[in-house]
This record gives sequence, structure tokens and C-alpha cells, in this order.
Amino acid sequence: MNQTPLPADQAALLQQLIGQHRHVAGGLLPLLHAVQDALGHVPPAAVPDIAQGMGVSRAEVHGVLGYYHFFRAEPPGRHVVQVCLAEACKACGADELMTRAQAILGCPSHGTRADGAVTLEPVYCLGLCASSPAIQVNDRVLARMTPTRLQRLATELGVCA
Amino acid sequence: MSPVTVYVPCDSAALAAGADEVAAALQAQCARRGLAVEVVRNSSRGLFWLEPLVEVGTPQGRVAYGPVTEDDVPSLLDAGALSGAAHPLRQGITEQIPYLALQERLTFRRMGLTQPLSLADYAAHDGWGGLKKAAAMEGAALIHEVTHSGLRGRGGAAFPAGIKWKTVAHAQAAQKYVVCNADEGDSGTFSDRMTLEGDPYMLLEGMAIAALAVGATQGYVYIRSEYPHAVATMTEAVVRATAAGYLGDDVCGSGKAFHVQVRKAAGAYVCGEETAMLESIEGKRGIVRAKPPLPALEGLFGQPTVINNVITFASVPVILARGAQFYRDFGMGRSHGTLPFQLAGNIRHGGLVEKAFGLTLRELLYGFGGGTRSGRPIKAVQVGGPLGAYVPESQWDVPLDYEAYAAMGAVVGHGGIVVHDDTADMAALARYAFEFCTLESCGKCTPCRIGSTRGVEVVDRIVGSAQNPPQREQQVQLLRDLCHTMVHGSLCAMGGMTPYPVLSALDHYPQDFGL
Repeated sequence: MNQTPLPADQAALLQQLIGQHRHVAGGLLPLLHAVQDALGHVPPAAVPDIAQGMGVSRAEVHGVLGYYHFFRAEPPGRHVVQVCLAEACKACGADELMTRAQAILGCPSHGTRADGAVTLEPVYCLGLCASSPAIQVNDRVLARMTPTRLQRLATELGVCA
Repeated sequence: MSPVTVYVPCDSAALAAGADEVAAALQAQCARRGLAVEVVRNSSRGLFWLEPLVEVGTPQGRVAYGPVTEDDVPSLLDAGALSGAAHPLRQGITEQIPYLALQERLTFRRMGLTQPLSLADYAAHDGWGGLKKAAAMEGAALIHEVTHSGLRGRGGAAFPAGIKWKTVAHAQAAQKYVVCNADEGDSGTFSDRMTLEGDPYMLLEGMAIAALAVGATQGYVYIRSEYPHAVATMTEAVVRATAAGYLGDDVCGSGKAFHVQVRKAAGAYVCGEETAMLESIEGKRGIVRAKPPLPALEGLFGQPTVINNVITFASVPVILARGAQFYRDFGMGRSHGTLPFQLAGNIRHGGLVEKAFGLTLRELLYGFGGGTRSGRPIKAVQVGGPLGAYVPESQWDVPLDYEAYAAMGAVVGHGGIVVHDDTADMAALARYAFEFCTLESCGKCTPCRIGSTRGVEVVDRIVGSAQNPPQREQQVQLLRDLCHTMVHGSLCAMGGMTPYPVLSALDHYPQDFGL
């Protein structure tokens, strides 16, 4: 498989993170979290080193990465907007909000806009079910969201379509 | 003059409503006006329609104002809110707000009162009382207390906690584990999140008691990645509790060790199933294990493991501190104690209502909840999460009790309650239940992996065959057969309970399916 190798600084960081996790029981998930925290995603080129460092096969690492929704193989957009589509949010208009969000941001659900400014994705429960519908924008959670407020927010962030 | 204490919650639901902005505005405005205030970031009372709920310490008690936006801060200060004066947002003495005053808060008694990470606050509000007692008790006596309290697993399955602990205690192994399932993925639930963010030491105290009871030395708290504030708070709480000697090499002077690690999940709903969670903590794909062996005998890394959810562990300290009988006397039938019900979705007064088992859904929906937020009639109420049944109005007077709900084909579960008004399309919600199952199935067993996809298709065909009644009837029969297979043939609750919302929607709201 041809892959762009990791830049030297990322490769060094990766080795450092592997060193911190290789002796942790069940350390693969914490390591993958650490890599994603540092790089914003888990590059496919990091998989062989992770596998070797953790003493598992590349297939196992790949399997874990593919299984969990949280891990990204590609860098996300500069802003990540997540709209909760679970029941408590549906009961307060989440489906309509998601439809409007796609128009406001000019970005399909599950997609990153061509200019890399924003990623839009559904999420299934942020635990704000008494204040629905809820969304998360980067690290910030926002409750009782409306299309009007989302439009204002998108303007503030400079990510309107 | 000593500064006035002003409380602005740091719970996610308060932050999501602008609590940080309110706290900043308060600080800035008071500084400008030369008013001495100390802004305390407390946990949330759980009256979420009033968040951000700002409380002011007065000689009469804390006075509540809410919901406060940053733009309200000048008018609050103009009105004299720092001395508890009248204002359109004033809700009165917090403890006297009926929503709060009518509750029976045992587990959530500190919620909203304390700063989550303050060891001094926790100790000053009955904290560690249960663990200190436990540290001086024999394991068997401890387990007897928990068994006698009648505490059952609060995560949904309602298995008696004491029996599970006893199984682990009797297992012979060099290493045992205590694992807290904090993968609260169900829509309509937030009691775990509130505990993790708002009263983390209560959870750790409960886990430490379990560890002493069964002889475990290592614990894990598995928290979903969608709860970053909970992960941060729990991680710091473990550090502080360990430094203070409540965890670590010598738990509370017992001479026994118990270490805890926080593990962040990665967005797989099925990891809320206990065996899938164990796989995930072991660093693997979160695939469900077949049972037996029971995790109590062969759990994490193949060793005997106590697995309980957040509220189960969090209920233990009060049981030890006040005695099993005290706890047991709450509730009805075989449902002893209290449950933190969570009113969510289209509800006017959404929030946390801790009550003894035995009240009715109608009391929760109207007495506490005040009806829908939209002002329209309530149509359907899903109790117990995405895998719980939709409960129609004819059943709203049945007492909330594990057995009474089971008898009508529903589940109390973790007490999450999602309200839908009369605009809800129950066929669409049934379809969504299957769709969610296709997204989140771990794929190990066929009824769940394939059945969920077929379920989406069958619901579509039922809805689409309005002009062809014979075909529609045939598809309805097919749907019932499919649900039967999923209920009886799935390895875990993911596939096994997805039919609950589907069939309850079909049975109670056939018109939405064109029937």
C-alpha cells in the first residue's frame, strides 16, 4: 500500500505517544485518542508504527479505527459542526435543523466542504436531552438551537455557504 | 463588606445555555460597579429549562434567578439581585421551587449545591461517610447491606447489585476489577453525565466500596467521547481522591488498594453493552461477547469483574451511610429506593426528577414536566431510552415500577423519558429505531446486523402500500415475525430490544402506519 509517510515531526511525536501507551493494559484506544488529539486525525501512515509498537497486527489497528465512529482517517474541516439527531432532539425539530444546517453551511451531512472550512455530521446524543435540539461546534455545546441562531453562529465563524 | 456568593453552574447543559458568558458578565459588571462578589461554579440543580440558573447566597438561603442570559445581568444588578431582590427572572428560594421541593433526592442530594471537584465541599455534604463505614467492615457484611437495600442495576437491566457483587466476591482470582459503565449513549438520559460532571466523588466512593466488598484493586470508568467535560472532571477527580487517600494504595485506612483509570470511549453506542465495553477497554473493537461466561466470573482481561452503571455505584454511598433499611423503605414492590428520572424531549420543564419508584408517568409529565414545550398535546412517551417502548396515554397511570412496566411490555430502564407531541410520526420513529440499529449494531449476530436493515425496508413498504391493503397486511405480519426473531435471537439488547419501540409504535399508533 502506497502512503504518504508521516512528516518527521509527526513520526517523532507518534513514537513518543506509543512509548507512553505500550505498557498500558488495553492501551490501544487511549493511544489512538492521543494521536487524534495531537494531529486531529489518525493518519493511515501511522498504522504500521502503532501496530508494531502495541504488538498487534495492522489489521487489528485498522479494524479498531474503522469500528469506532470517533476516529478520523482524514483531517476534518477547520470547524466541526455536529447536530444531534437522537430521539429527544428529533422531538424538538432536529431533523429540520439538520436540513437547514446543510443549506446554511453549504455542506452535506457526513461531509467536509470543498474549501475545508467546515465538517458537518450527525451525532447521537450529547446528553442535553432536556434542552433539545442540541449541537456541538468544535468544543462548544449549544442547546435549544434554532436555524436562526445557527445562521448567526455560522456568520460569526465565517462559515456561511 | 464580605463578598456576596453567586452560583453559576458549570454543568454542560448550563454551559450549552450560556453559563460561561453569564459568569463572565457578572464578574465584569460587578467589578465596574464596585460590587464584591465571589462567583462559584457549582453543579446543576437539574432544572434545565431555567438554565443558566443563577443563585445568590442570602441569609434566607440561596435565591434563584433563571433562565439568565448575559444581557440580563445589568438589569439583575440594577434590581438588587445580589440581595435577593425581586426581578422578573426571580424564582424564589431555590429549595422551595416546587419542582425541587417535591423530589426525594438521595443520590442527587448534593447536586447543585457543591463545586464538583471540591473535596472540602464533598466532605462537608456527607461525602465519604459510606466509604469510611465500609473500610471498617468485612466484605460479606458490605455485600449484605447492598443486597438488603434492594438496589438493582440502574443502567436498565435492573439486576440486583448485591447478587452480582457476591458472585465476584466468591470467585477465586489473583486480580479482580470494578468497571463503571459511563457510556450513557441513550437519548433522553443525562443523570450519568450530571453525576460525572457534578458529583464525581460520589461515583468514586461507590466504586471504592464495591472494590472493598469484592476484593478488586483496579477500577475503570468508561466514559463516552461525546462527554468531554465529564472525562475531564472525572480524570481530575481521580487524581485528587487518590492524593487524599480515598483511592490508591490504602483506601481510607483499610489497608486495601484500589486504583482507578478513566477510559474514553470512541463513539460506538453498542459499547454501552457491558461485554462490548469490556472489549473496548481491552483495546479492541467493541464486539458483544456471548454469555456465559458471566463477566462477574470472566470479565475484563478474563478476570472476575463487577460492572455497574454510574447511578448504581452512585447509590451505594447513601446506602452504607444511612443503612440498607433506610434506602429499602423508598419505592414499591421489588423496586426499592429512588430513581433519577430524566424528563426530556418536547417537555416544558425538562430536567432531573429523583423520586421513589411508584409514581406515575402522568405525575412526571404534567406534575413536574408541565406538558409539552410546544404547547401541543402529548402523543407518545418513550421510556427507558431508544430501546424502550413508546407508552401511550392509556398507560400513563401505571406506577413506575420494574415489574409493572415489564408486565405491559415496556421498560423503566434508566428512567430516561422522551416526550413527543402530536406532530410526531410514529412510523418514522419506528423506522428510525431500526435505522439506528443498523448504524450501531456490532455485527456479531445476524438478527441484529441483518434484521435491522430488513426492518427499515419493511417499515418503508408498509407505509408505501397504502393503496394495496393485502400487501400491507402481509408486510405487517413480516414485521412482527422479524421482531420476534430479533427479540429471541439477538445476543444483546441492541437487537433484542430494538423491537420494543417498533412494536409499541405499531400497536398503539397503527394509524401512523396507514393501518
